[in-house]
Amino acid sequence: MAEHHRAADGHVALPAVSSLRQPLVTAPRTLAAITDDIVGPMNRRPTWKWGAAFAVAVSLLLIGVGNVTYEILAGIGTWGLNRTVGWAFDITNFVFWVGIGHAGTLISAILFLFRQKWRTSINRSAEAMTLFAVMCAGVFPLIHMGRPWLAYFVFPYPNTRGSLWVNFRSPLLWDVFAISTYFTVSAVFWYVGLIPDLATVRDRSKGLKRRLFGWMSFGWTGSARVWSRYETLYMLLAGLATPLVLSVHTIVSMDFATSVIPGWHTTIFPPYFVAGAVFSGFAMVLTLMIVARKVMGFEHLITLRHLENMAKIIIVTGGIVGLAYGTEFFVAWYSGSAYERFTFINRATGPFAWAYWTMVSCNVISPQLLWFKRLRTSPVALFVLSLVINVGMWFERFVIIVTSLHRDFLPSSWGSYAPTRVEVCTMLGSFGLFFTLFLLFVRVLPAISIGEVKAVLGFARGAGAGHGAPAPARQEAAE
Amino acid sequence: MKRLTAVFEEAEQLVEAARQARTAGYAIADAFVPFAVHGLDEAMGLRRSRLTWVCFAAALTGGTLAMSFQLWTSVSSWPLNVGGKPFASVAAFLPVTFELTVLTAALVSAGTFFARSRLFPGKRATPVPRATDDRFVLVVDTDAPAAEALMRQAGAVEVTAVAQAPEGGS
Repeated sequence: MAEHHRAADGHVALPAVSSLRQPLVTAPRTLAAITDDIVGPMNRRPTWKWGAAFAVAVSLLLIGVGNVTYEILAGIGTWGLNRTVGWAFDITNFVFWVGIGHAGTLISAILFLFRQKWRTSINRSAEAMTLFAVMCAGVFPLIHMGRPWLAYFVFPYPNTRGSLWVNFRSPLLWDVFAISTYFTVSAVFWYVGLIPDLATVRDRSKGLKRRLFGWMSFGWTGSARVWSRYETLYMLLAGLATPLVLSVHTIVSMDFATSVIPGWHTTIFPPYFVAGAVFSGFAMVLTLMIVARKVMGFEHLITLRHLENMAKIIIVTGGIVGLAYGTEFFVAWYSGSAYERFTFINRATGPFAWAYWTMVSCNVISPQLLWFKRLRTSPVALFVLSLVINVGMWFERFVIIVTSLHRDFLPSSWGSYAPTRVEVCTMLGSFGLFFTLFLLFVRVLPAISIGEVKAVLGFARGAGAGHGAPAPARQEAAE
Repeated sequence: MKRLTAVFEEAEQLVEAARQARTAGYAIADAFVPFAVHGLDEAMGLRRSRLTWVCFAAALTGGTLAMSFQLWTSVSSWPLNVGGKPFASVAAFLPVTFELTVLTAALVSAGTFFARSRLFPGKRATPVPRATDDRFVLVVDTDAPAAEALMRQAGAVEVTAVAQAPEGGS
């Protein structure tokens, strides 16, 4: 890569920079300064911008809480579902949010195993995003049950009905295990990563805050013996999370693929869904990071290079998604199945054609703009594109679910679907929940991994220009 | 016996000091560092963690239990004919088996790490000043003047003899 000159555009000129590699932290910083940079925003009073964003998020959350309460009291009849379209807004939102979460695990686990050192300054918040997105996702199947107080029925526990066990052959049950495992492992991975930083905050605080962070940091002292073991654990968790994240969206796609509905019953769903999940998740990471780096003053830690790298991943995964759209159409024709062919022609020209073409424009056409370096390195352009892609990926799930269901085998059972106010408000509420949690996270916890950034501080810098070993410590120490 | 605590400003100095101290025959009690320092394990002569084996065993156990439980409920406890599928639908039981394999491995590995390192919520730490911020601290099991000289030569900004070294991990 001959991109090391880019440090010149808009960044501080750097001393003793390697001619082969770009530093990961674009401003010369001491170790203590890194701690100050990251812990600083936690100690300052929130800005009015944060307050305004938080107010909006909490308002949306309250709208959602109100409508979900009403829905639980009145029943699923308050939704626009009918005998033909039995899954719509809620499952669309469920798949959308699970997908968002996948980018966080990709950044924290897969890029870690591939030794992508640039991940260090974005992995913490991307993992937090994963957790919050999975929480949002979990809400939807729960309320779709209609009687969420019986949600524990999905777990195989000894009961007085036999015991009547759950049906382990059902993909919906696989989902229960996939999502709960995903949430648990992501939470453990995230918290393990947080512990050293919580100790750093503890050692800089006084009074109640010190006690609180002392409790949360498990008595971490930075002992090298513990660090050594910690590295092994971190690598193991990354190794476990990697196949896990692929399995989760695979299983989500099997909710559809194992059915007989035309448009759902296809074998390309698992890779197609995983690519789509990473695609939409990276768009969401970009949305959040572009705002966070600006508001929190993290521009030298979350650099243009980070944004550009994520844009490149978006081009790749967007390409896979586009290829999947094409393949579906090809197979619909090539399979010779009249129902399959009808479903796809209906998707592109039927009553939901507007949704289909929104999806294609947002997911296939708009990411092509990222081939231009000027756009890849422009935070404003990336921000707009990331929103466009999120809209597109939301519509992808809507198109897959609703257009396949509304006209299946029997024309006598054809129907249509429109969301009700309750469904729209529930979706807004899930965005409220997501942003409320994320905004709280960036205020109360170190949003960037302090220890990991310190370890890559000397990356691509000559001796004396930075601290730490030239190669990041964590990756190789665990070998 | 007394111990020496040497404070460094650079990670490389600490690694070099640890290596020299070991060559000179001093036992290294521990080091306290703000991030995982590359090469410190070898310099201190730490053994590779056996956590990988714990993880492997947990994964095997979790996977076996998950598959056995599904077979037991579906074949033996209450066999139900669901769409004419075989009672022992091993292929259909794989997703749940996989998920529980990962779950068990992750939870047991993390739990073992915390237990072995004696880290738990609410544990009272006696942190070494600035070791979680920007100082690298080496603790050596000796108070020989030669060791102190060695530390100073390696770049230590502060060397103190202490009766009891700060308690760290194990």
